[in-house]
Amino acid sequence: MSRLRSTLRLVRVAWFFNLKSLTTSGLFIFTSVIEPVIFATLAYYLFKAGNRPGTLLYASLSAGLMGIWTSTLFGSGGSISFQRWQGVLEPTIASPPPYILVLFPATLASATIGLYSLTATLLWGRLVFGIPLHFVHFGAFVLAVLLSILALGALGLLIGSSFVLYRNANALSNMLEFPVWIVTGAIVPLALLPGWVHPISWVLAPTWGFRAVRAAAFGGNPWPSLGWTVLLAAVYLLIGQWFIRIFEVRARERATLSLV
Amino acid sequence: MTAARIFLIGGLTSYRALFGWLTPWILIPSFLVAPLFQILLFAYIGRAANLESDRFYVIGNALQYAAVPCLFAMGNTVSGERQQHTLPLVLATPANRLALFVGRALPVIVNGFLVAAFGLAAGCVMLGIHVPASALAPLVLVAAVTAFSCTGLGLVTAALALRVRENAVTSNVLFGVLLIFCGVNVPLSALPDWMAEVAGGLPLTHGIAAGRELAAGASLSSTAGLIATEALIGVAYGIAGYALLRLLEVESRRRATLEVA
Repeated sequence: MSRLRSTLRLVRVAWFFNLKSLTTSGLFIFTSVIEPVIFATLAYYLFKAGNRPGTLLYASLSAGLMGIWTSTLFGSGGSISFQRWQGVLEPTIASPPPYILVLFPATLASATIGLYSLTATLLWGRLVFGIPLHFVHFGAFVLAVLLSILALGALGLLIGSSFVLYRNANALSNMLEFPVWIVTGAIVPLALLPGWVHPISWVLAPTWGFRAVRAAAFGGNPWPSLGWTVLLAAVYLLIGQWFIRIFEVRARERATLSLV
Repeated sequence: MTAARIFLIGGLTSYRALFGWLTPWILIPSFLVAPLFQILLFAYIGRAANLESDRFYVIGNALQYAAVPCLFAMGNTVSGERQQHTLPLVLATPANRLALFVGRALPVIVNGFLVAAFGLAAGCVMLGIHVPASALAPLVLVAAVTAFSCTGLGLVTAALALRVRENAVTSNVLFGVLLIFCGVNVPLSALPDWMAEVAGGLPLTHGIAAGRELAAGASLSSTAGLIATEALIGVAYGIAGYALLRLLEVESRRRATLEVA
């Protein structure tokens, strides 16, 4: 019981520490607030010019969800690099708690920062473009957002774990931002994408999380999508734990932990 | 002679130093893969919004992506030197400043041009867009002129890097401004009037318009005005950027902030 309590305490403290740490980074705040607002503005004008004004809340919400993914991606990708640069990766890995209990709160914190994105784009839409904020199932909407963040944190763990081994792997962050926006249907309906893309989207938790958020916001049944979100998050955590164990051993063998 | 050496060799060394720490692992995803996904993203949003053709988004986004090297690399010529603690040494030399800074801009223009040209070619292949053979050479010219004008704005970001510590944020914000204002994804006619007015004074706007006209079959002579305007805008930003660099260099010396911004 005391072990469970100390584990939960570690996760909570590490999550909050990372949350505060990320909030002090100008670049990270840009990524999580200003960039989504830029995309929300673009999406607004695109849908308005395309004579689809009914989709303006959809555009605001989509830009916010895109921002959650971006902050997860950059935060998770950067998490291990930041620890490397600060010289704390080696002592952290050498410390008694499993490394997953240090990395997961960090990736969860970066996904949590995504709440700034969602808040920023919804407020931007409301205040600048006068888009009414009406959510059909508000309670389910909040739950869907929180569970999506949890699932994204788990996906971030999966991505971030590979960065223990490859010091340039955070370059993937630059490459993965737009593809996941496309494949998860964050702003483009999946029906418009080629058929071979669909199976890829099904194994990505954001697809289901975003679907649940939209179903809760615009009317629909969010619960099946939420179920898939939670299930995939659990799978990511299991695979992430396995990855970390393998990558950690390899990085120790090759002595690449502290290489920057 | 010394100025020519600083211009050519100094510029090339600075560029190599830039990618000495960026490495191909970052260069390829950032300059070759990311623009393709930006093109795809907006082409699909355009389809969802039922607004413009794929060709509109390919040309807009491919040319706009030249802004990534042009803004970020130029900014990093100052902030990278600061990180490596070589900025005070570089600025303590009596080197001709015009040769020093413009020399650093030249490889960046080539880089921006290659990124735009690759985006245009790969975007057309990916989305099956036909461009008349007669438009290919003029489109190459447009890509070069657009990269030049963006690098003019890049000189301004390089100057701002003398005062702003997180220069990547400045470059990101400018990149976003160009994305929204320059008719990259939303036709200027669909933007509010004031935004269209601002767009007229930004790099990219006229280059993208020229690129779209050429791809639609217009002749080089009929788009010469747009291309010349794009080049003039680049010259104007280049002059403003250089003047700002000199001004902020003097200010940074006076305030002793060269190393801390």
